[in-house]
Amino acid sequence: MMRLMLFVLSALLALAPLPGVARAAEDADLKTLVDQLASDDFDSKIASIRALGALGDGRAIPVLKALEDGALYTTADHKLVVAEPADDKFKLYDPVDHAGLGEATEDAIEKVRVNNRMRGEIDAALGSLTLFSSSASDRLAAAQEALRHPLAERAEGLQKAYAAERDSQVKPALALALAAARLRSGDKEQRLAAIGLLGSSTDPQVRGLLLDLRGATDDPDIKRAIDAALGSIDFRLRLIGIAVTLFEGLSLGSILLLAAIGLAITFGVMGVINMAHGEMIMLGAYTTFVVQQLFRAFLPPQWIDAYLVAAVPAAFLVTGAVGVALERGIIRFLYGRSLETLLATWGVSLVLQQLVRTVFGAPNKEVSNPSWMTGGFELVGGVTITWNRIVILVFCFIVLGVLALVLRRTTLGLHMRAVTQNREMSAAMGIRTAMVDALTFGLGSGIAGMAGVALSQIGNVSPNLGTIYIVDSFMVVVFGGVGSLFGTLAGAMTLGIVNKLLEPISGAVLGKVVVLVAIILFIQKRPRGLFALKGRAAES
Amino acid sequence: MRRRTEGLFTPRGWAGFLALGAILIVAVPLLNALPAGAALQLPDYLVPLLGKYACYALLALALDLVWGYAGILSLGHGAFFALGGYAMGMYLMRQIGTRGVYRDPILPDFMVFLNWKYLPWYWYGFDHFAFAVAMVVLVPGVLAFVFGWFAFRSRVTGVYLSIITQALTYALWLAFFRNDMGFGGNNGLTDFKDLLGFDLHAASTRRGLYIASVVALGLGYLACRFITRSKLGRLLLALRDAESRVRFLGYSVDHAKLFTFTVSAVLAGVAGALYVPQVGIINPSEFSPGNSIEIAIWVAVGGRGTLVGAVIGAVVVNFAKTWLTGSMPEAWLFVLGALFILVTLAFPRGILGLWGQLGFKPPRPPAAAVPGEEGAP
Amino acid sequence: MTPGAAPETLLYLDGVSVSFDGFKALNNLSLLVERGEIRSVIGPNGAGKTTMMDVITGKTRPDSGTVLFDGDHDLTRLDEAAIANLGIGRKFQKPTVFENLTVFENLELAQKCPRGILRTLAAALPGRQRHEIAETIRMIGLAGRERAVAGALSHGQKQWLEIGMLLIQDQRLLLLDEPVAGMTDRETEATAELVLSLAGARTVVVVEHDMEFVRSLNTRVTVLHEGSVLADGSIDFVQNQPAVIEVYLGR
Repeated sequence: MMRLMLFVLSALLALAPLPGVARAAEDADLKTLVDQLASDDFDSKIASIRALGALGDGRAIPVLKALEDGALYTTADHKLVVAEPADDKFKLYDPVDHAGLGEATEDAIEKVRVNNRMRGEIDAALGSLTLFSSSASDRLAAAQEALRHPLAERAEGLQKAYAAERDSQVKPALALALAAARLRSGDKEQRLAAIGLLGSSTDPQVRGLLLDLRGATDDPDIKRAIDAALGSIDFRLRLIGIAVTLFEGLSLGSILLLAAIGLAITFGVMGVINMAHGEMIMLGAYTTFVVQQLFRAFLPPQWIDAYLVAAVPAAFLVTGAVGVALERGIIRFLYGRSLETLLATWGVSLVLQQLVRTVFGAPNKEVSNPSWMTGGFELVGGVTITWNRIVILVFCFIVLGVLALVLRRTTLGLHMRAVTQNREMSAAMGIRTAMVDALTFGLGSGIAGMAGVALSQIGNVSPNLGTIYIVDSFMVVVFGGVGSLFGTLAGAMTLGIVNKLLEPISGAVLGKVVVLVAIILFIQKRPRGLFALKGRAAES
Repeated sequence: MRRRTEGLFTPRGWAGFLALGAILIVAVPLLNALPAGAALQLPDYLVPLLGKYACYALLALALDLVWGYAGILSLGHGAFFALGGYAMGMYLMRQIGTRGVYRDPILPDFMVFLNWKYLPWYWYGFDHFAFAVAMVVLVPGVLAFVFGWFAFRSRVTGVYLSIITQALTYALWLAFFRNDMGFGGNNGLTDFKDLLGFDLHAASTRRGLYIASVVALGLGYLACRFITRSKLGRLLLALRDAESRVRFLGYSVDHAKLFTFTVSAVLAGVAGALYVPQVGIINPSEFSPGNSIEIAIWVAVGGRGTLVGAVIGAVVVNFAKTWLTGSMPEAWLFVLGALFILVTLAFPRGILGLWGQLGFKPPRPPAAAVPGEEGAP
Repeated sequence: MTPGAAPETLLYLDGVSVSFDGFKALNNLSLLVERGEIRSVIGPNGAGKTTMMDVITGKTRPDSGTVLFDGDHDLTRLDEAAIANLGIGRKFQKPTVFENLTVFENLELAQKCPRGILRTLAAALPGRQRHEIAETIRMIGLAGRERAVAGALSHGQKQWLEIGMLLIQDQRLLLLDEPVAGMTDRETEATAELVLSLAGARTVVVVEHDMEFVRSLNTRVTVLHEGSVLADGSIDFVQNQPAVIEVYLGR
């Protein structure tokens, strides 16, 4: 008994330094293999490259990279070095740890030659080795690459990498890659397990892999497992698709809302059909352009990102002023005659468009996103959600909220509502209806200007920007119900989402046609829109 | 004893109308047929231009009928015009036959270009002129009827209706823009060769088309006059201003509007059909919402609710457009925009209204002959 | 046999209720008008008199209740034009003649004749019809003003033109909503005479505030209050009801 325990103890003691020994042995392995690269024989070089790849030691990466780049040389005494040109000489470094080894002249060193076969092997080896690189993003990229091109031979390397991995992002990617590699190798149990694991992915590539495998096998168990996995992947992809469509719909809806809200005020609250509304949007976009140019010309470069913040109030003021001028100059003479107002404001829109064309020229103007709005973040399934759309969505709700506040809580808002409901009574109570009219119109136009700021961030700025959105804006107001902010919100979001839902089925253009026809039919049922104001006052 | 108490014109009126018609129909082709270089020779390019004006005048008449009399401001009449134009265009395309670039006897060039193998079913029959003419009348007519049926029945009026007509033409614009619709996409239909065997580029054919346009304008005017001077015309005037009161009298307002709207659409379609061979092309831009709004300004400038005003307005505005886009192109849109603003603000009765202020009475459908003059009780 | 189908009953309302956004304009209203009768309907403002007319002529659909005309014509299912063609004519509170047409043309449109659109388009005006129009013009005191545009008439003249339009429609049931509003005493007398002359051949329901006029008609009176019938009987009976006095004069 004692002797057994002694034996075990001594064995343990003997094995204890094994990690260190293993390390030392690994070091030795690495060194040997690296040195082998210095040989003249291509086959042995290839063998050592393969071995380095299978070794799983990240320190081999710079060596192989140097070899690939043609920076590996041998010295006269068959030592392997990395040589970098410095003036007319070469600085030498140890290939593994980059320790300085002195200098040499060109004729003292000989480049290690690489042929195409070797290059292929180097790539494969690097591919495997990147799994062990010190950079997490490199490892992640390597894992994703391995998922896309799974090879049964790499299963082992992936297994090792998986076991050693600590990073929470890389580990699941490695699991998937391992499963993909195991698909065609390993016994049935392993393959079924791999299929099950792959079913939790949302990568369309994985879907393709599974489909291929399904075609290649006759085993009914495997087929069933694959179908289950495919089903779960498809389900998840569909959910993501719906979420994406919803987001895009909301994004489009927020744009429509910004464009239509000003119209909802002037049309819904004042009963004025303003065909120049689109041009207010356009003027807002051009104001943004001008502000951008001014910032570029007069302010230091680090301020450029703030131009958008300045553009919003600038656009509001500019278009608000134009709106007030329009109301005072033309519209107030046409109150009650909506058809005439429609025609007159159409004329104004023509004039404004031509004015902008004359001053700025007809071609599009470039307005770039400030840096905090560029790019996006990636959702699972390879879908990118851009920041600029999110910002616009948020902006739109802020505008809506502020507007609701103004209408409901401020004196101006109260006056506005009073004048629209009963003009004579309001005047009799001392409200200056003329001024309220002008300010209301200015408010509606100002908001349109802010819509133009938003649109400049995601689209082109051109003189006919307004014409693109005028029909949609009217549709939103007509559909959502005249005189109701909430109706405009509901209308815009609904139309945005419906548009996006139809897009994959019928294409953008036909989708729009369908939406228009649907609105025409909808108006039959509810001529006053979704959330119309009821009662006699609103009937006029 | 039943007889119509009022004719379309008094005898003097007929004389004036026919004389004017004769002058227009005879003088222009005659002057054009003079040898080139003669002092009074009407240049060749003017003939289709005047024919185009006549088509526009007919289109304006159509709008005045529904707007000036029935109070329906349709901002989508360009769609009916364009549909009539496309029907004619399709006939003309089929006539090209093997003289096209790809020399296909059946398929128009653009279809060959798109790798289409067969003619779509909706192109069948367009190689016959009679069929094409039927389509010129039926397509805009049926569309107007269906659209009007839904719109009027749901009592959509005023501005809402105008916006919806805009949406109609906008939707058609988007649809016809697509290449796969089979109407030539954004290039439209063009490169026509002949109509009923007559070479479209020959001066004699152009004169013939001009005459046809003027005759169509005359007939259209007579038709509109017939309607507006009838009891239905008075009914339309009544419902323009007091729609529900008319309902209480037992008339179907919806049917009255539907009838007028459909007739108007057919007139617009005919105008479009005559327009296309004279300008040589039809493309989706005819559907553009802006075009339809422009028609309204022609009518407003001339004086709406007078029929004659529509004709005058169409000619005047388009003449200004031809002149300005030739000499000062950037100014044209300013002028057009200003026209819209001025006519609505300052001159709501248009040219004829101005004329009226100078002492001449603008025409309006006169009262039915009054029995008081025929022996008072 | 349903009450509405009784041969003497021309107009039958039962349990009619109408709400506008929570406000009950008609509250379980029940009313019966016999053929050839002249009935006056009175009541303070907001009692539902005009709404009742709106329901009968098809302008407003009741939330509940039955409205039958001449047997079993269900008026709640028909639109304004159909009801007018059944034989119900209405004179509005505000004169609603066609302001941009002449007196003659107003009457021409109102005249009883086929209402189809194509018939209207092709309509000629035979002598008999022209004489009928001339007769009506004379009767309403507008002889010599046939070509006057209706918008240029005085208020009283417009009222009479509208009455003329109603007569020439040759309707069986005439609903007159405040026919003498704004008229002089003489005009009011003349209107009373006219209405009385219509009894028998036609049925008339008159809504009025002018008590002298109602008295001179000397017919059965129905008092409406808050959407339902408060009292019903001769003018003397009704005027002495405490409930009616309270409603009109307050406490």
